[in-house]
Amino acid sequence: MVVITHDDESKIETRNLNVYFGTNHAIKDISLKMQNKRITSIIGPSGCGKSTFLRALNRMHDIIPAAKVTGAILLDGENIYEDGTDVVDLRRRVGMVFQKPNPFPKSIFDNVAYGPRIHGIRDRYELERIVEDSLKKAALWEEVSDRLETSAMDLSGGQQQRLCIARTLAVKPEVILFDEPCSALDPISTAKIEDLMRSLRAEYTIVIVTHNMQQAARISDYTAFFLLGELIEFGKTAKIFERPCEKATENYITGRFG
Amino acid sequence: MNEKIKENIYFTIFRFCSFLSLVILLFFLLFVIKLGVGVLDLNFITGMWQTQDITKGGILPAIVGTFYLGLGVAVFSVPVGISCAIYLNEYAKNTGLVRVIRLTIRNLAGVPSIVYGLFGFAVFVQLLQFGTSLLAAALTLAAMTIPWVITASEEALKTVPDGFREGALALGATKWQVIRTNVLPAALPGMITGSIIGLARAMGETAPIIIVGATFYMRGLPDSLFDKFMALPYHVFILATQHNDPLAEEYAAGTALVLVILIFLMTLIAMIVRYNFRKKRKW
Repeated sequence: MVVITHDDESKIETRNLNVYFGTNHAIKDISLKMQNKRITSIIGPSGCGKSTFLRALNRMHDIIPAAKVTGAILLDGENIYEDGTDVVDLRRRVGMVFQKPNPFPKSIFDNVAYGPRIHGIRDRYELERIVEDSLKKAALWEEVSDRLETSAMDLSGGQQQRLCIARTLAVKPEVILFDEPCSALDPISTAKIEDLMRSLRAEYTIVIVTHNMQQAARISDYTAFFLLGELIEFGKTAKIFERPCEKATENYITGRFG
Repeated sequence: MNEKIKENIYFTIFRFCSFLSLVILLFFLLFVIKLGVGVLDLNFITGMWQTQDITKGGILPAIVGTFYLGLGVAVFSVPVGISCAIYLNEYAKNTGLVRVIRLTIRNLAGVPSIVYGLFGFAVFVQLLQFGTSLLAAALTLAAMTIPWVITASEEALKTVPDGFREGALALGATKWQVIRTNVLPAALPGMITGSIIGLARAMGETAPIIIVGATFYMRGLPDSLFDKFMALPYHVFILATQHNDPLAEEYAAGTALVLVILIFLMTLIAMIVRYNFRKKRKW
């Protein structure tokens, strides 16, 4: 097997990123490189701006009128905040899985086919292939292949979250953002999602925001620690958890505050 | 005073008020039924109106007129109201202009119906030369109903979880795709329910239609949008106040009963729509 190291290759990078909500300065001058086909986790106490940072990466703040973003975010070297960026295409390339599983009130099939359909795929055979493929990648196919036409709302929370991942995979993203994807799930479902993320790492660049430090330590290659909207420390996960440089990082990961 | 006694006193007051509203409704229904049920028969429902001898004819033209009116109001007010609600709730930013629009809508919902009647007379009857007609009346009542449809539709849109919107946006959907495929299907039953209630209220209006096109007597049924029309509430009004036949009061009550049943049926449809939707809804 050929081993390729991507360690010096960043897929998505923020440069002096600031996010404001009205007068609230939520993200302060953060420059961070997220490596291609690696898992980067973002940890920090509640209100430190983790989710805000994540949502800047696919321009989800666009829908909040009071939000203002300055600085640059480069996806494959191109600034996604440049005028004339196709936000719709950006969000297809940078998918997002939310904290609370949010399947649409449609059948399992229609949930996964939603993305391909809005992007113009009409052919039933093609859609069936994408749905099966995506559900298999999301480790959900075995459980639902015999009831694709039933409502997604009848699935368990963990299954719903994997369905949301399958839905994201169906539009063939390059980057997937996970916003505390397991915080509403039980430990068994959490373990399944973590296994799934590990298997997705080969093909996708993953950024995950998590409250759960063990989760960050278990699955991520790189870890960034945020505090009060600032990036305190960033590095390889093992290093951050074993020999952090900053006192604040050490205090947080040893549970002295948070 | 002992808190427990206070609790009992307030509870009793609240309960009394609840029962009072029920008693008023029942009393009113009993009154209309007692007075009017005697005149209800097939001929009364399906016959043409005979103004010389009110016992011979029926109120079919008034039923048909009110039905046409309701249809016209629905056609004009529901699309406009729902579109406006979608704009306000899904697209509009909270600018000064939008705040003014919201304030206007809220105030329009409280304008007395007779004022709408005068407005309709000035604009639809005279300015646009529709004459006193079914069209002018439908447009007038539609103007009155639109604020209710907007308010009900906005409430329905607010109950759609943000996850439905964000999830679709994150897949690269445009705003309109999100609305069409995810938001509207979830909000539509609530919108329809609210619209039906607004429609039912419009169909019971008397004051505005007197000004813009209702008539007490006409040969046959209206066969054009520019015809005058008979309507149940106006029919009740004339029979109860202007008619010198000794039986007029009974016939007024009978007509009122038909109107109440019609409105009740519409409310029932709205309730069924809502119930079926709630049963299916899983969020």
